[in-house]
Amino acid sequence: MNKELKTSAPTDSEIVLGILNNSEIVLKKLYTTYFPMILQLIVNNNGDEDDAKDIYQEAIIVLYNKIKSGKFELSSKLKTYIYSVCRRLWLKRLSHMNRYGGDIRDFEEYLPVEEEVDDHNERDIQFSKMESALQLLGEPCKTIMEDFYIHNRSMQDICERFGYTNADNAKTQKYKCLQRLKKLFFQQK
Amino acid sequence: MSDNQLTELIERYLDGSMTAEEGTQFELLRKNDATVESRVTEHLQFIGLLKQYGERLELEKRLNAIHDEIDVHALKEEVTIHPTWVVRMWRNHHSKISVAASIAIFAILGTLFLTGKLNSHESNFEQLSQEIGKIKHSQETLNTRTNSIINDIKGSKRVTNPGNFRGTGFALSSNGYIVTNYHVIKDADSVYVQNANGESFHSKVIYTEPANDIAVLQINDEAFEGLGAVPYNFKRSSTDLGENVFTIGYPDSKVVYGLGSLTSATGYQGDTTEYQVSIPVNPGNSGGPLLDDRGNVVGIINAKQTQVAGAAFAVKSAYLLKAIQNIPSDSLSKSLTLNTKNTLAGLSRPQQLKKLKNYVFMVKVYNQ
Repeated sequence: MNKELKTSAPTDSEIVLGILNNSEIVLKKLYTTYFPMILQLIVNNNGDEDDAKDIYQEAIIVLYNKIKSGKFELSSKLKTYIYSVCRRLWLKRLSHMNRYGGDIRDFEEYLPVEEEVDDHNERDIQFSKMESALQLLGEPCKTIMEDFYIHNRSMQDICERFGYTNADNAKTQKYKCLQRLKKLFFQQK
Repeated sequence: MSDNQLTELIERYLDGSMTAEEGTQFELLRKNDATVESRVTEHLQFIGLLKQYGERLELEKRLNAIHDEIDVHALKEEVTIHPTWVVRMWRNHHSKISVAASIAIFAILGTLFLTGKLNSHESNFEQLSQEIGKIKHSQETLNTRTNSIINDIKGSKRVTNPGNFRGTGFALSSNGYIVTNYHVIKDADSVYVQNANGESFHSKVIYTEPANDIAVLQINDEAFEGLGAVPYNFKRSSTDLGENVFTIGYPDSKVVYGLGSLTSATGYQGDTTEYQVSIPVNPGNSGGPLLDDRGNVVGIINAKQTQVAGAAFAVKSAYLLKAIQNIPSDSLSKSLTLNTKNTLAGLSRPQQLKKLKNYVFMVKVYNQ
């Protein structure tokens, strides 16, 4: 039943190195190489292509973060790792949607990856809290926060962008914004 | 020190823009003040999360861009496992198929029910087995008949018919006129009557009335010397329901008394010429007298319909009298005068019977 998916797969160590070096080409290769496998898993187990995209991207993010954090060891094939994470994520989502019939049609070998998936979910929760806190913060605070802390722009840039004549004023504004953002973030449950 | 100032200090400390002196001062502050220390950790974590969040958004954007380049539809077609056409058909049309199937089942059952196929098979079968039984039976009869014919031819002797049909008769007058049922003597070649002493006399049928099942015989045997005066008379009117009645007759080779009461003014299937009585009788009782308590003849026992349980029938005496009147005078070689004097009234039943039995005969019939 299983269709062999033929692609010229990059080697696993190539991918790990590429990701560590922020290589866009390697990321793209990684993504396109294993997406068909996950699409096959999802669409043949009560999902559609959008589900496949969500699940696959989550798995890639898990892998990406793990490589970036330096915790990734090539103890198994990347292919198996990605498949296992996707399988775990999809099972969770199926049972969440009450669509899980207790049986899943498998196409690959898989590993136990509960811990990784749980860590990922925990972090996702934090991110969604941050997202809504930023939304609640409103402009111009949101942009100031993003520009300064995420995009690492200098205060000089920010002053010019928002038309602050005094750098001290901008600084005060920034700290006020940060204060509010923290408050909004920690208020959420 | 305000919050803002502290935050600024922390930031400056973290990004390394402090002078060496400021740095040492701040580290001292961190060590001595737990609040400052926790603020530093919290700031680090929060800013870290914010940065990671930004990175995550960035990564997602990149992944989406990559994803958009993939022809997902074509790929989906390729990787989807297509079930066989039967399964697909069932998935797409199972409701329609179910409805069609149930309609078909109902139609078949309905047709079978309406045409009677569902329930008539067994009875057909029974009929068939009955037919076979009949055929078997007739086959056996045929066999025995053939065998008996073969035996007859072999033995070359005729089996004489022993079947002298028995009935009962009783005297109308002292000079040998006797009445019985027509069906008793029907098709007879010769008729004998036998009295209580076992003496047989040859008789001839002088009158029959098949409609009322009445036959009148006359003893024409030389040995016959005549009877004494008949002790009973014949009742003209009809008898009431519930009246005690009795009979005496020859259901087999000996005389038998039967007692009961008159249970209906009409006979078998509403026959107005007969009574229904509750006397157990046998075919041999046919032609016997039915008498009431005082010894009046009220009817003639007619035991043709023995299938009615617990009931017998008797021809009403009025019809007997009518029949006697209808006898053509040519047929009467002697005068037939009925007794009008009842000598049984007032006697006890055993005495009545003792007298009666001399006037009641067994009728024996011979035919070839």
